[in-house]
Amino acid sequence: MEFFDSTLGIILIIAAQCLLVIAFVMISLLVLVYGDRKIWAAVMMRRGPNVVGAFGLLQAVADAFKYIIKEVVVPAGADRPVFFLAPMTSFVLAIIAWAVIPFNETWVLADLNVAILYVFAMSSLEVYGVIMGGWASNSKYPFLGSLRSAAQMISYEVSIGLIIIGVIISTGSMNFGAIVAAQDTGAHFFGWYWLPHLPMVMLFFVSALAETNRPPFDLPEAESELVAGYQVEYSATPFLLFMAGEYIAIFLMCALMTLLFFGGWLSPIPGLPDGALWMVLKMGFFFFIISMVKAIVPRYRYDQLMRLGWKVFLPFSLFWVVFVAFMAKFEVFGGFYARFAIGG
Amino acid sequence: MTIADFTFYLFALSVITGGLFTVASKNPVHSVLWLILAFLSAAGLFVLLGAEFVAMLLIIVYVGAVAVLFLFVVMMLDVDFAELKAEMAKYVPVAGLIGVVLLMQLTLAYGAWEFSEGIDQRLGNPAPPLDVAHNTQALGLILYDDYFLVFQISGLILLVAMVGAIVLTLRHRVDVKRQSPVAQMMRDPATAMELKDVKPGQGL
Repeated sequence: MEFFDSTLGIILIIAAQCLLVIAFVMISLLVLVYGDRKIWAAVMMRRGPNVVGAFGLLQAVADAFKYIIKEVVVPAGADRPVFFLAPMTSFVLAIIAWAVIPFNETWVLADLNVAILYVFAMSSLEVYGVIMGGWASNSKYPFLGSLRSAAQMISYEVSIGLIIIGVIISTGSMNFGAIVAAQDTGAHFFGWYWLPHLPMVMLFFVSALAETNRPPFDLPEAESELVAGYQVEYSATPFLLFMAGEYIAIFLMCALMTLLFFGGWLSPIPGLPDGALWMVLKMGFFFFIISMVKAIVPRYRYDQLMRLGWKVFLPFSLFWVVFVAFMAKFEVFGGFYARFAIGG
Repeated sequence: MTIADFTFYLFALSVITGGLFTVASKNPVHSVLWLILAFLSAAGLFVLLGAEFVAMLLIIVYVGAVAVLFLFVVMMLDVDFAELKAEMAKYVPVAGLIGVVLLMQLTLAYGAWEFSEGIDQRLGNPAPPLDVAHNTQALGLILYDDYFLVFQISGLILLVAMVGAIVLTLRHRVDVKRQSPVAQMMRDPATAMELKDVKPGQGL
């Protein structure tokens, strides 16, 4: 079609693709919120949401409507522009990181060659939503919550960055397509990066929980000490944006786990074709684990959290970078660590 | 005007707006937020130049880490900035003088600037060429191969600065209670609990 080669046509196609990704993220958001509550309830031997729609499936939709039609309350002493900027930042940054996440070999919005850095940059910006929200509320609890989260998110970004460097060294590229292609060695499940980078998978998972303020690291919103942390003064749609941004960021971390360590869209079972379905299934599986963690593990104390980040994770992941660099440079175990050497 | 031109003017305009309001803002927290806008737009300009690695680094390092700490500190400060601003009027002549002197110096420096032969060509052909190595690889080669020693030494200078800052501020206080995580983890019920058999009506 000639129209689709013109400037307007290209812009229209890109806009349509963006809408498709956003639609996927928003629909999965509804499923995730429902799933999270159901899993949490099941662990506690409750029923969870079961009134709205069949099996309570529409509960998340009903909640979203409730938030939207409620009145937005702004505290008198609040800094209005920043107060409203905060939830928007949190939501928008969570959404735009999806632009570089591939779902299949060619199914990606922007095929950057620094894709992994882009995702890392966007997730490091997410702290602004929290800080701005806490400060602009002009209230004690939100401010304490936002200070906690600033320190927490920066601490765990450091270890996430170092873990990602290990994967980059193994692959020799920062493109997600190349990273997944490097895991396609013919050994299927056992060819993926989780095996050579085994300890880092655990570290990444825990750091992802801390980075997204999920329990057991939900200290910024610890309801028993800070009421709800930075979200105390937020109501209606701004609160909805905060919550949605948080869930989307968690799902993004699931996508990163899948792409970096669990072969993305590659099929785990020999004989079955690769495809986007595997990618979504794996992401769902990791969300299930994150959800279970919320239900099972008690909250960390703040000094324990900082100690874990700086005194345990940072030295270990730093050591691992040196280790992987050594293994890849001298090609110990053939191409086990150096996938670029065997044409992966 | 192509799309690239349009985005260039968009980012350039937002860098300037960000910089302007960083200075003009009454509230210091707003100043930092405007500064962050300037950083982000500068990253956009880097992307337009084809330096995507530098752009991402600018966001990760400056916006994601440095500016967060900056914001952190500014929020904690309880300085009456309105008072400071009022006093600023007194110093405007001196500031203007310094500005003029700096401008003159810069004009002198750039006025005497001479370009060597064929600079346009060399600027247009980066080394190593883009088809051999994309810009992340090229940066790595330059930093870790060609200028390895200089790069390491600049790292050492930063380390010295960091050690200096820690030495200056570190003090061991003896009058505070500290948590000992190892001792806490090593606790077991045998040493932490004592079971008493309480007889009814007697108490302990």
